[in-house]
Amino acid sequence: MTRKVVITGLGATTPIGGDVPTMWNNALKGVSGARTLEDDWVAKYELPVHFAARCSTPALEVLSRVEAKRMDPSTQFGVIAAREAWADSGITEFDQDRLAVAFATGIGGVWTLLDAWDTLKEKGPRRVLPMTVPMLMPNGVAAAVSLDLGARAGAHTPVSACASGTEAMHLGLELIRSGKADVVMCGGAEAAIHPMPLAAFASMQALSRRNDDPQGASRPYDTARDGFVMGEGAGALVLEAEEHALARGARIYAELAGTSVTADAYHITAPDPEGLGATRALKAAMFDGRIQAEDVVHVNAHATSTPVGDKPEYTALRAALGAHVDNVAVSATKSQMGHLLGASGAVEAVLTVLAVHERKAPVTINLENQDPEIPLDVVTSARDLPAGSIVALSNSFGFGGHNAVVAIRSV
Amino acid sequence: MASNEEILAGLAEIVNEETGLAPEAVELDKSFTEDLDIDSISMMTIVVNAEEKFGVRIPDEEVKNLKTVGDAVSFISGAQA
Repeated sequence: MTRKVVITGLGATTPIGGDVPTMWNNALKGVSGARTLEDDWVAKYELPVHFAARCSTPALEVLSRVEAKRMDPSTQFGVIAAREAWADSGITEFDQDRLAVAFATGIGGVWTLLDAWDTLKEKGPRRVLPMTVPMLMPNGVAAAVSLDLGARAGAHTPVSACASGTEAMHLGLELIRSGKADVVMCGGAEAAIHPMPLAAFASMQALSRRNDDPQGASRPYDTARDGFVMGEGAGALVLEAEEHALARGARIYAELAGTSVTADAYHITAPDPEGLGATRALKAAMFDGRIQAEDVVHVNAHATSTPVGDKPEYTALRAALGAHVDNVAVSATKSQMGHLLGASGAVEAVLTVLAVHERKAPVTINLENQDPEIPLDVVTSARDLPAGSIVALSNSFGFGGHNAVVAIRSV
Repeated sequence: MASNEEILAGLAEIVNEETGLAPEAVELDKSFTEDLDIDSISMMTIVVNAEEKFGVRIPDEEVKNLKTVGDAVSFISGAQA
């Protein structure tokens, strides 16, 4: 008999809110977290993109200076979100050997790495700080969260570019189902609003260049979409074996009913135009959760606002859900907060859990002329979801051909 | 040339920056590990910052001999001479 896994704690720090209640309120209102970057390096390096979506609450307003000194900015966001999720779960007494961490990142400690490189060049090796390695390593965030909570059943860092956060949920589910843990702190964190990644993503034509209108730049499904907006932040979810949650009388948000991970094996960055890998991921997550197409009422789409990315996801949704896709309320929340890369799947999972729990689908902004080739029912003002047993899906896809899906069921 | 008092005050500032400990807690007879709970990574950061502040070189093999704040003040003072 498969162990049922439920979600009992949520945390987030994002461009549209430094905690879950603020983010959720804004997600229902429809706000943009994108702003013109005031940093001198934008002009210094003549970056083609002048804006991004920074976290609305700087990490240093939450963490102490000394705490923050030992963490890359991505880890700072991860620890902030994990602490909120942990407090929200209400867990006080627990077996440390049965608590695991699955905390993802797409890029990891890029600020630390490049700052240390600058220090080496300018001041020599003696000045490269001894904390450099533990701060830049991609598992730094999982390690910091494990240390912070006292989690001893393993600390893992799935890395699959922009699918990483969703893949962390997949791993978390497996850890509980297989009996290796009773509780898993899952999440994703990213802090890559640095001139080098901005230049690199711009170089591959992935970023919007709507420099005169940052708030209108992330426009999934719109005919005028021209790329994604770089975001940053973290999301965190406490996964718990149902019997463990029931035994302590926990507040249960929803069930993590099914997850899946597939690979396109098609191209290193371009999505398979027929969305075959994404279709297999959707079908696998639904099979895993014993979900029929008719059960699905809401999808939090990957929808990054790139010209080539948004359509194959639609093709995959139609292939997996059939004609029922026309009845599904689709939200593209990257329109509001930009693309949080390795954190996006975790933050969007938080939004999907809340959508199921509160029975409200969050808003897609900037949709003025919907691409006729993507005839989805896109949620442009907050919409109620039906009563009864419902399921919502959240998709994430990453460079490398990674596809990951989570299915959330109401309880 | 800094006096011993100035070196102590400078070290206390560096320790505060790295660990958050109050500068008054950084006294000559305090052990870095036992009393101030400073781990080896923080110790190396403090050493490198002290080298820059006081214009001295503290060789890696010397760091393990700097058990107390007083040891560090004496070493830095001697290295400046």
